[in-house]
Amino acid sequence: MATEAALPEGPTASERMAFRAAAELHDGDVTFVGIGLPNLACNLARATHAPRLFMIYESGAVGAIPDRLPVSIGDPALVTDSLQIVSQADIFQCFLQRGLIEVGFLGGAQIDRYGNLNTTTIGAYDNPKVRLPGSGGACEIAVHARRLLIIMRMSKRTFVEKCDFITSPGHVIDGKKRGDLGMPGGGPTRVITDLGVLDFGEGGEAVLSEVYAGVTVEQVKAACGWPLRVAAELREAASPDVGVVKLLREKLDPQRLYL
Amino acid sequence: MSKLCSMKDAISDSVNDGASIVIDGFTHLICFAAGHEIIRQEKRGLTAIRLTPDLVYDQLIEAGCVKKLVFSWAGNPGVGSLHALRRRSEASTPRETRIELEEYSHFGLLSRLLAGSAGLPFWPLKNYQGGDIAKVNDRIKSVTCPYTGEKIATVPALTPDVAIVHCQRADAEGNAQVWGLMGSQKEVAFAAKKVIVVAEQIVGNDVVRSDPNRTVVPGMLVSHVVHEPFGCHPSYVQGFYDRDNDFYVAWDDISKTTESYARYLDEWVYGVPDRAAYLKKMSALADKLRAKPRICEGVDYGY
Repeated sequence: MATEAALPEGPTASERMAFRAAAELHDGDVTFVGIGLPNLACNLARATHAPRLFMIYESGAVGAIPDRLPVSIGDPALVTDSLQIVSQADIFQCFLQRGLIEVGFLGGAQIDRYGNLNTTTIGAYDNPKVRLPGSGGACEIAVHARRLLIIMRMSKRTFVEKCDFITSPGHVIDGKKRGDLGMPGGGPTRVITDLGVLDFGEGGEAVLSEVYAGVTVEQVKAACGWPLRVAAELREAASPDVGVVKLLREKLDPQRLYL
Repeated sequence: MSKLCSMKDAISDSVNDGASIVIDGFTHLICFAAGHEIIRQEKRGLTAIRLTPDLVYDQLIEAGCVKKLVFSWAGNPGVGSLHALRRRSEASTPRETRIELEEYSHFGLLSRLLAGSAGLPFWPLKNYQGGDIAKVNDRIKSVTCPYTGEKIATVPALTPDVAIVHCQRADAEGNAQVWGLMGSQKEVAFAAKKVIVVAEQIVGNDVVRSDPNRTVVPGMLVSHVVHEPFGCHPSYVQGFYDRDNDFYVAWDDISKTTESYARYLDEWVYGVPDRAAYLKKMSALADKLRAKPRICEGVDYGY
């Protein structure tokens, strides 16, 4: 892509995360799109290497091709020119539970080494320090999506030894493997962070597999609340070039809603 | 028989203190006008049900109408928290001022409404095999499938006392036609004991009959029909007006303190007698939000 014009500032953490997440999407993937960076990642993939990415929103829009960046997952622009509009019951029963969703996206306030996510409460459930919004569709997306991508910024506060509440199950829950518990989906495949990328190896534990240029393993470890395993062959995570950054800033999110 | 009446009459006839209510809608078709009337009529002890209690449910909580919230995602979408809810559910608040929470995921709460709408005692779903949602909610149980032996989660039927369903157009009998995102409008209407239909437009029965596939709620379920243009602002109605996204962003500051919250309710809820007066106060904004037409061609029902 174009490299001639220098950018006023290099890619931000959000831009790198959106770009890295977009690279996980293949053309034609049936994707359950969440709001925020996942939304941007999907629209970036659609504008570049995956024009036939099939976007489904929990609000009921199936095969959406929004002409503006949706501010919410219920944006009217998701309806106009969509392939189909269904009830939310249909979305969860006929699309998700039926096994039609290839990729799901989630984030959270806390994540543990097995990719369990918390979006419910910080502190005790019945006497919380912070009351978060709750599951929404996250729990069932984590149960059913064949591949689950998690996008979260790394810090000791968010990457924790133990989640205060498990809203959305990862690979190992209370010592039990998700397959043994009867969950049909594949569980988390990658955690895309502002410092690098985590994969999940044998045993379902997160392993640092990629870091962005200029980021050290020590930096990543310092931002993680458990002793983080590191892959034998650590790769450099690809960063977006000038063309992609311009596309993100000028076309896909000109109001900087998510960037 | 015409069921047309004012919002004031629909609410005072249908919503009693202690009732369980749904004001449905998912981003789309959320009837703020009904919520504001409930606040003005000072209803108390309500069980408020919805997948996504958003600003209008937070307002009901702040105004003291709600005893219990049944929900699956409580936030200001894309913006942040519901501050009244947080003030009445977090450890920093004395327990006696907190409201009761009954929590599901979307699929779980939808399943409760599906059971209610279908006249079944419970609904099965493949979910909650691991994680803490079922641990803190003893209404989530399981059955063994009699055919496969698989263990499947169940939730009990939910049959709210009153459902309030906003739609683009309805006739005077309450046959309601909806397009765009449909939320759980159909499920709540069939599950509820009483249904209030609120419409942007009242049309003749012949208009409904010209496009029967569009009817989501049949009039036979409906007790009251309210004509309420712009009844959803700051939510939206496809083909009528856009979502007031700026308001949702501004709401975060408005609702942060009880003082600014009270000022808002005084001006925009208690300070107006009805939605028509609210609309008059925001007429310039309403013009800005009005939808640009995008007409679909229609279909041939001939035979």
